[in-house]
Amino acid sequence: MLNKNSVWKVLIALLFVGLCALYALPNLYGEDNAVQISAGRNAEVTEQMVSQVEQTLAANEIDPKRIEFEEGQILVRLTGSEDQLKAREMLEKALGSDYVVAMNLAADTPQWLEDLSATPMKLGLDLRGGVHFLMEVDMSEAIDKSLEDAEGDFRTALREEKLRYRTVTQRDNYIDIIFRDQDTLDSAKFFLRNRNRDLEYSEPGNLTLRATFSETKLKEIRDYAVKQNITILRNRVNQLGVAEPLIQKQGADRIVVQLPGVQDTARAKEILNATATLEFRLVDQDNDVRDAVAGRVPPGSQLIEDKNGRPQLLEKRVMLTGNHIIDANNSVDEYGIPQVNISLDSEGGNKMSRGTRGNIGSPMATVFIEYKATGEKNDQGKLVFEKHEQVISVATIQAQLGSSFRITGLDSPKEARDLALLLRAGALIAPIQIVEERTVGPSLGQENIELGMQAIVYGLAAVLLFMLIYYKAFGIVANVALASNLVMIVGIMSMIPGATLTLPGMAGIVLTVGMAVDANVLIFERIREELREGRSPQQAIHMGYDSAFSTILDANVTTFIAGLILFAVGTGPIKGFSITLMIGIATSMFTAILLTRIIVNAVWGGRKVKKLAI
Amino acid sequence: MRLINLSGDVNFMRLRIPALVLSTLLIIGSIVSLATNSLNWGLDFTGGTLIEVGYDKPAKLSDIRRQLTSAEFEDAVVQNFGSSEDVLIRIAPRDGVKSNVIGDQVLAALRAGGDNVEMRRIEFVGPNVGEELTEQGGLAMLTALLCILVYVAMRFEWRFALGSVSALAHDVILTLGLFSVLQLEFDLTVLAAVLAVIGYSLNDTIVVCDRIRENFRKIRKSEPTGIVNTSLTQTLNRTIITSLTTILVLIALFYKGGALIHGFATALLFGVIIGTYSSIYIASSVALALGISKEDLMPPQIEKEGADQDSLM
Repeated sequence: MLNKNSVWKVLIALLFVGLCALYALPNLYGEDNAVQISAGRNAEVTEQMVSQVEQTLAANEIDPKRIEFEEGQILVRLTGSEDQLKAREMLEKALGSDYVVAMNLAADTPQWLEDLSATPMKLGLDLRGGVHFLMEVDMSEAIDKSLEDAEGDFRTALREEKLRYRTVTQRDNYIDIIFRDQDTLDSAKFFLRNRNRDLEYSEPGNLTLRATFSETKLKEIRDYAVKQNITILRNRVNQLGVAEPLIQKQGADRIVVQLPGVQDTARAKEILNATATLEFRLVDQDNDVRDAVAGRVPPGSQLIEDKNGRPQLLEKRVMLTGNHIIDANNSVDEYGIPQVNISLDSEGGNKMSRGTRGNIGSPMATVFIEYKATGEKNDQGKLVFEKHEQVISVATIQAQLGSSFRITGLDSPKEARDLALLLRAGALIAPIQIVEERTVGPSLGQENIELGMQAIVYGLAAVLLFMLIYYKAFGIVANVALASNLVMIVGIMSMIPGATLTLPGMAGIVLTVGMAVDANVLIFERIREELREGRSPQQAIHMGYDSAFSTILDANVTTFIAGLILFAVGTGPIKGFSITLMIGIATSMFTAILLTRIIVNAVWGGRKVKKLAI
Repeated sequence: MRLINLSGDVNFMRLRIPALVLSTLLIIGSIVSLATNSLNWGLDFTGGTLIEVGYDKPAKLSDIRRQLTSAEFEDAVVQNFGSSEDVLIRIAPRDGVKSNVIGDQVLAALRAGGDNVEMRRIEFVGPNVGEELTEQGGLAMLTALLCILVYVAMRFEWRFALGSVSALAHDVILTLGLFSVLQLEFDLTVLAAVLAVIGYSLNDTIVVCDRIRENFRKIRKSEPTGIVNTSLTQTLNRTIITSLTTILVLIALFYKGGALIHGFATALLFGVIIGTYSSIYIASSVALALGISKEDLMPPQIEKEGADQDSLM
């Protein structure tokens, strides 16, 4: 008998639809007003803090819906926006400046769904409001800086090797070294080639040796500059206390920063542009710390607390500032003791060697300095920044230091890792510039969602009605497919971690709704044709599905190709649109061909049918 | 219920020549308009500052212009956006001035008038980002067309490939032409819509080509023109229904989707109508003009080994 369902096919299809439906479910639950507590630079949010939060809230008669501890953050769910405002104020006061308390909208997904890691779709900034920055890293600056370092390195290396040169000059993108005779040039070339493998050497004549960066090295410099700037921006954004910031590389030299919920762009910009730096200073050993703590601070010295809150007495004179640091990474020495390796630029190397020459055996402190916005404004309307200083390590100088040295005396490999990160993050290798800025007000975002939903509902209703009238019983089948198609799109969008729903994405869904019926129309029209040619209903169904299949496949594969190219080439809204389009094509093929076939088989298949309602 | 009940084939191809003439004229018109009027490029492409503000009562555009002029924004384009309370302001990029300051200055200028102004959206795009986008968009479109050309040539035949790609190019040029003639703002969402038109029109064209291919193989004796007519007649119902449902949804998007995707909906509405027409007339006409024949579409005969030898049994 024709048109029978095989059990496994039905099972797999239903399982698939069910799975998508399950993951689409979190979108139905709303959002809670919440307050999110995360750690500042040197604090840690622990499970023990939950009870402290509870007590603080109870003392202020705020009744939280739920308090959750997860991934080093505490999320307090509240019942209304009034409670949210109050709770933030109270918690900020109670926890102090080491913690960042941010207002947030947390999805109210039930626990059992969360256990299945089902989460609602991420909404783009155009749908929930917030600020979007596109920043460009000044690459010529980054390359210039690397060239400068190479230039200084050439001078020292050639001098040490006793290869006499006339001049070393740095031009736009190369370094020229002029020698007195060809012999020295040849041996210098041999020597440098082995020493600095990142550079390519050529001889343009006139006893000149020209060094340029190789393509791979240039790419490395660019990648590093972007990566480092992302680290810095991430540190700074953390200060803003934004709930779900997005900081991402885009293209070769751009960084996207998205701060949902932030409306005050001026403040956001000031903080992103604020600086954090490092200083290396000698510890004042001539005076007693206890005297200084008691109030007798010697004029040339300053008291700064370390990360454990212990005061340290340091000389005011700064040996070196952090903007000379090119690189820092952590490792362990031969005894397994953690250390941080630091590379300085040539100027920094000179300063360091001068500063440490006479101080071997003395302790040297690394001071971290950052400027935090106080939230207040001065007379000119500018934000007031507060300077925070902290000693992050004290180490003994073992020998005269040059452009690369290491810091030891760290407690753990984790501390070494954090310090290396901080050292890297403290120094901007290349300036960044905002090239694009978009702000969407929260009411507009809400309006966009509502309008988009309305369009989907009206469009869907029109299509459902039309199909029902036009294809009768088969129209119902097509409509079931259409509805499951929509559920599947939402489910898959929620499952893909990187997928974000934007306004054009919503438009893409709307378009899919309109186009998704196409496959069913193709099949149903075929069935009608077969019926007109005098075939039995069962044969007509069979032939209709069979012959429409290749058409549907061809048509959808070509459209999918178009979507794929859009995704690869496009950015922003185009990408958002192409994702929904591709998902829509895949799900509509599944529902229109497989799912409707299963329903049609179950209703009409395997029995005598005189007439089809189509 | 049937939408169109036909006995016998519709002689679509009788109108082939007039259709081709009409399309050629429209394409020439579009290109001329694109060359002279250009497109009304949106902020995404030109760079500059765009500010959407909401007033608590219907806004007086002339007042806003005066306020902006006194704040030295003479070049500001001020227009209503969606409703009479919402106003959209566009300002060209300025040399020297920190462009991200402009937004704050404009808001300050508007608030100085004592009105209750709510900031709804501020976008600032540097001119170099815009340039890149234009390149990227054009590149995306060309790559898409090329890949489609290759796929259709492989699955069908090169004449069909050329036919469908000409239909696509036709739709894209006419849609761009419409935006140029009416001077509608062309931004990134409209670009996405044009790309969606490519997808839709392609879908439509492939369905028609598929049927033509099938009929060339199935129907024994007929002129190519006759076969094309039969195929178009057979797919006519499907073509109209699919276009109709899509248009229904697009109308909902046009009226309900909000001002932000108005351009998107306009481009798609027009594109879907043009795309339906082009898959009937352009794709098949081009394939016919290139001399498509029965032999071209027969599945390749696979020679069986030993087929030419007498059977032993």
